[in-house]
Amino acid sequence: MTVGEKFFKEPKRLLLVDDEKGYVAVLAKRMAKRNIQVTPAYSGSQAIQALRKQDFDAAVLDLKMEDMDGIEVLKIFQKMVPSMPVIMLTGHGSEKAAREGMEFGAFDYLTKPCDLEELIEKIRQACEVRR
Amino acid sequence: MDSQTDFYKSLTRNMMLLIALVSFTPLVLVSGILGYEFHTSYQEKVIAHLQELVQKQRQNIDVFLTEKLANIRVLAETFSYQQLQDELFLKRKLALFQENYGGAFVDLGLVDQNGIQMSYAGPFQLMKANYSQAQWFKEAMENPYFISDVFLGLRGLPHFIVAVQKESHGMKYILRSTIDFVAFNDLVENIHIGKTGLAFIVNQKGEFQTKPRLEAPMNKEFFQSLMTNVHKQFLAVGEAIVEVSDHQWRSYQSEGEVTIVRALDNAGVPFLYVMTPLKNGDWFLVYQQEERDAFADLYRARKIALTIILLGGLAIIFTSYVLSRRMVRHFAQAEREKEMMNEQVIEAGKLASVGELAAGIAHEINNPVAIMVEEAGWIEDLLDEEDLRESENLQEFQRALKQIKTQGVRCKEITHKLLSFARKTDPKLKMVSLNDLINEVVGLSEQSAKYSNVKIVKHLTPDIPVISVSPSEMQQVLLNLINNAIDAMDSKGGTLEITTRMEQDMVVIDVADTGQGIPKANLQKIFDPFYTTKPVGKGTGLGLSICYGIIKKMGGEITVNSAVGIGTTFHVMLPAPEEETVGEEDL
Repeated sequence: MTVGEKFFKEPKRLLLVDDEKGYVAVLAKRMAKRNIQVTPAYSGSQAIQALRKQDFDAAVLDLKMEDMDGIEVLKIFQKMVPSMPVIMLTGHGSEKAAREGMEFGAFDYLTKPCDLEELIEKIRQACEVRR
Repeated sequence: MDSQTDFYKSLTRNMMLLIALVSFTPLVLVSGILGYEFHTSYQEKVIAHLQELVQKQRQNIDVFLTEKLANIRVLAETFSYQQLQDELFLKRKLALFQENYGGAFVDLGLVDQNGIQMSYAGPFQLMKANYSQAQWFKEAMENPYFISDVFLGLRGLPHFIVAVQKESHGMKYILRSTIDFVAFNDLVENIHIGKTGLAFIVNQKGEFQTKPRLEAPMNKEFFQSLMTNVHKQFLAVGEAIVEVSDHQWRSYQSEGEVTIVRALDNAGVPFLYVMTPLKNGDWFLVYQQEERDAFADLYRARKIALTIILLGGLAIIFTSYVLSRRMVRHFAQAEREKEMMNEQVIEAGKLASVGELAAGIAHEINNPVAIMVEEAGWIEDLLDEEDLRESENLQEFQRALKQIKTQGVRCKEITHKLLSFARKTDPKLKMVSLNDLINEVVGLSEQSAKYSNVKIVKHLTPDIPVISVSPSEMQQVLLNLINNAIDAMDSKGGTLEITTRMEQDMVVIDVADTGQGIPKANLQKIFDPFYTTKPVGKGTGLGLSICYGIIKKMGGEITVNSAVGIGTTFHVMLPAPEEETVGEEDL
């Protein structure tokens, strides 16, 4: 059993959407260690393109990005793959946007900067729900 | 401050002057012009009236004299010398005259060319009286008709004589009659206006021909010069200013035969003299009146006008003073309020910009901090599996990484608080029972209080009114105050008292601790953002400034009392809703 199998028996495919490249890079590495295959997307449009190419078990979406409003991206996600759970990342104090996202069908939300363990726990929950 | 008061003083003065000037100018101009016009026209009117009066009086006197003369003439023409010589006849005629013309005729007499009274009817014994040396007789002998000056005569009584000269058989004779002086005097005196109006007759020598009701203020010479110099000059030129023995004459008008002059008497009182010739210039009818008396109405009107102007002026001065004082006071007050407002606006602006800055920084710092923390986590991940496990410094690595994570979490907390401070709060107001809210918050804090050895005591007044606030904001305020109080009592513990009460129309919450207290120097800074006395890493210095902002926004006040070593009390005062409003809502 590899280290990653402690977290997930089967590798999970995660779409990580955030325009902060350094953050995405380190999260991707850490998640890879935990058996999560991260496909990074640094903007809303990149995320949509990635979603066209393949399926994901879950998506983590930063609501505050430069090119598109996170909520808009979420709506498109819901249209394209309604079954994919989406976990939103919001800044502190913008819970209002997160609540709005919940109304549009997001799975859950976390405030940034978030704890990796917390995030992985949410991903686990999301994957279980999907199953 | 001194220059400020100076400025207001000069402002008051300038306003006062301006108001007074604007009010006075038309008042003075209008009253001046109208006053002058009124003065002139009124004077003209009075003088015209006096002229008319004197003219009329002259006619009356003329009529009187010519009538008397005519009567005697008729008598002389109608009857012969012989008939007139009859004393009985004369007496009958006298009786007839007296019956018809009142007491004007005193006696009748027939005087021959030698001056001997040939016959006589009257109250005196004058039969055969000799008039040959009398002045009037000499003059009467030279004129067909003659009216004498007033003289004392043989009887020693003032009288004058009307005489008609006739001729019979080559002999001249005179029919004469004495005119009753008193009756004539009354006639002349008939005009008198005001207190000092006086009419009399003087002859060319300035001798009085009637006896004035009052002592005439001038002597014979005065009137003589009046007659000879002034009147003649007036008649010639129509106007003159002549100095006559210290009296200055000034003509008002010389119209027809009536002359009006103004002269000062010996005491310097101005008099008006209106005069007109009688008996072909032998006599003058003079009407005199003190100028002040003649123009009494004018002077009275002028006095009233002056009084009104004076009172008006005083009123203007008073009003302008009061008005400008009041306006400047309002102005100063407004200025002060504006200044205070400016200070508040600046303060609020400062706070807002600090908030914005803080929010910006918080957002910007979040991401790098998150990356740092994750990178540290990544190193931890790597340490778990690589051969680094054997490294002797492994524990140091792990400690350092843990420290990086801890400090990262601290950064996160700071940014969270900054964002709370800057966050635009949900302004939704609800009717909240403060007591319930306090119970709730105390419940939240009880655990940490117990841990700090702090006893929380509540004194909640049961019937305080519900107030309209944002519950989450109010909760934040209370939580902040309670946490501060618990922190203030640190390890030693103590008592935290929370009291609610009414003070006038404010709901007051007191949060009192028995902590170390706040030194006086720090008291005024405690609501400033980023001000903290807690050790580095323990506090952000934002808690109280957040509270301050929230309470101010609710229209309330937050104040603090503190004594070092005894404790600190925060008072939160919130406006209670007005009774009526509550009542309306209940309906």
